[in-house]
Amino acid sequence: MRSVFNEELLKIAHEDRRIFMILADIGYGEIEPFARAFPGRYFNVGVAEQNMTGVACGVALEGNIAITYSIANFPTLRCLEQIRNDVCYHNANVKIVIIGGGMAYGPLGISHHSTEDLAIMRALPNLVVVAPCDFAEARAATRAMIAHDGPVYYRCGYKKEPPIHRGPINFQFGQALTVQDGADATVIFTGTIGYNCLCAVEALAREGIHCRLISLHTVKPIDRAAIVQAARETGVIVTVEEHNSMGGLGGAVAEVLMDEGCLDVKCRRLALPDVNVSLVGGQDWLRQQYRLDPDAIADAVRQVVQ
Amino acid sequence: MQTRPPAQYEQLAARVRAHCLRMTHRGKSGHVGSMLSMADLLAVLYSSILRVDPKQPDWPDRDRFILSKGHGGGAVYATLAELGFFPKDWLNTYYLDNGKLSGHISHHVPGVEFSTGSLGHGLPVAVGMALAARHAGKQHRIFCLMSDGDCNEGSTWEAMMFAAHHKFDNLIVVVDYNRVQALGKMEDVIEMEPFARKVEDFGWAVRTIDGHNCGQIEKTLSEVPFASNKPSWVLARTVKGKGVSWMENTVSCHYGSVNDEQLAKALKDLGANS
Repeated sequence: MRSVFNEELLKIAHEDRRIFMILADIGYGEIEPFARAFPGRYFNVGVAEQNMTGVACGVALEGNIAITYSIANFPTLRCLEQIRNDVCYHNANVKIVIIGGGMAYGPLGISHHSTEDLAIMRALPNLVVVAPCDFAEARAATRAMIAHDGPVYYRCGYKKEPPIHRGPINFQFGQALTVQDGADATVIFTGTIGYNCLCAVEALAREGIHCRLISLHTVKPIDRAAIVQAARETGVIVTVEEHNSMGGLGGAVAEVLMDEGCLDVKCRRLALPDVNVSLVGGQDWLRQQYRLDPDAIADAVRQVVQ
Repeated sequence: MQTRPPAQYEQLAARVRAHCLRMTHRGKSGHVGSMLSMADLLAVLYSSILRVDPKQPDWPDRDRFILSKGHGGGAVYATLAELGFFPKDWLNTYYLDNGKLSGHISHHVPGVEFSTGSLGHGLPVAVGMALAARHAGKQHRIFCLMSDGDCNEGSTWEAMMFAAHHKFDNLIVVVDYNRVQALGKMEDVIEMEPFARKVEDFGWAVRTIDGHNCGQIEKTLSEVPFASNKPSWVLARTVKGKGVSWMENTVSCHYGSVNDEQLAKALKDLGANS
């Protein structure tokens, strides 16, 4: 997915001269085409994420679009105060792109996992929080991000994410996409964990349990109408995210259900437990350990439905 | 730029100091010592150096001025009010409920470029603005007024390295070098000396001046950039609490506010009418 993001950004940057990339020495093998095409709009600040974000903010406040880009939590947690005070408070046109949302960098360990980002980022006023699930969403989200006037947090996958959407999509920030319809339950996911959800609902369908599958790519602003409609029409909501169980997608959906009075709905949140991940392994294996694999997701839905 | 007799700057600085004392007295707020130490720098900057227009605060070709030591924002508010960016009676609302002016500097106020309050934020943003100005072929300059405490922050040094690497000579830092921090004197907290040499070693052109000598401030700032292809750094030696005898060089004037009696005494020291 990171290659798809970079390809799409490069295309847009040919059309839009306001786009700058402000990097902190990460992006090897991916960002070189942008650097070659636009040497005057490409800056590597060195290993200095606070300065990356501050410089991006200054560039953006002068009428440009500045993209910061790095691994997992590097461009968020190290420079969170710059994102909050400089970027969000000034509504600067900065796009914060992380590569490898969730546990995509698996065996590299917790320093390279991004598993609290949705909760932290969505608590910041003015910030759009988006997590595309496959290449189609990744391309569309890149365009939407540049078109949006204001700060955006873009949680990118890493590589080889399989397709989830079967046809063309109409991607708009804040509007959930229904991957498939169903009346027995709704599975809501965000980001690349969506493929495991798709596998799970396909398995459930073979048993006669038909799920609505929703990609809630924009965690903020959240599509309240789609959540309420799914709750009222299916009566069961299961959220799935590759993120700590606190404050992420599940929390955001639960807030909507509570605010909208949907309290008679059966709910389950599937997420990482509130632990520091010290297990060593690849993303798929880690997902399995934390019961975010297709079988475990299907089991959870089955339990709630029954 | 317009050269002025030093007395004119000193008179403006005295009015700014008096405003700051009254504002922090009314608001029962702190940081007055930090405001007093940079009043002369602000008086010269806003009277003669910065290309700004009170009638068009968002004039695209204005020089950008970022106060990185946002806790001293009251002094910038006072200076802007004196120059006519907004009515002086706004100063009476500083730090108060539903006031127009917050304790730390806010970009919601006309003439204020950027909000700060947590240290180490101003310079990276100023560097980004310098980058954008050079890319666009614009002639305006970017000034960043920092505290010595600002220079404890790693982000400041990150920005210094980047600015020097890219030779942003449209960028000017002025450090209000009063050597008194929130919890103690610099020699007891983090000694920065040899400060000028450190900054030079980071690739900046540095001049050290007396930050209360308005003639010297004017002459120095009129000569930027000090070297082509280098950002400029003015290390302005100042006195925290300058102008109020019992505040000068004290740690307590960082947080302490002034009571009625102290206000009267302080204004007397400044020669202003209470």
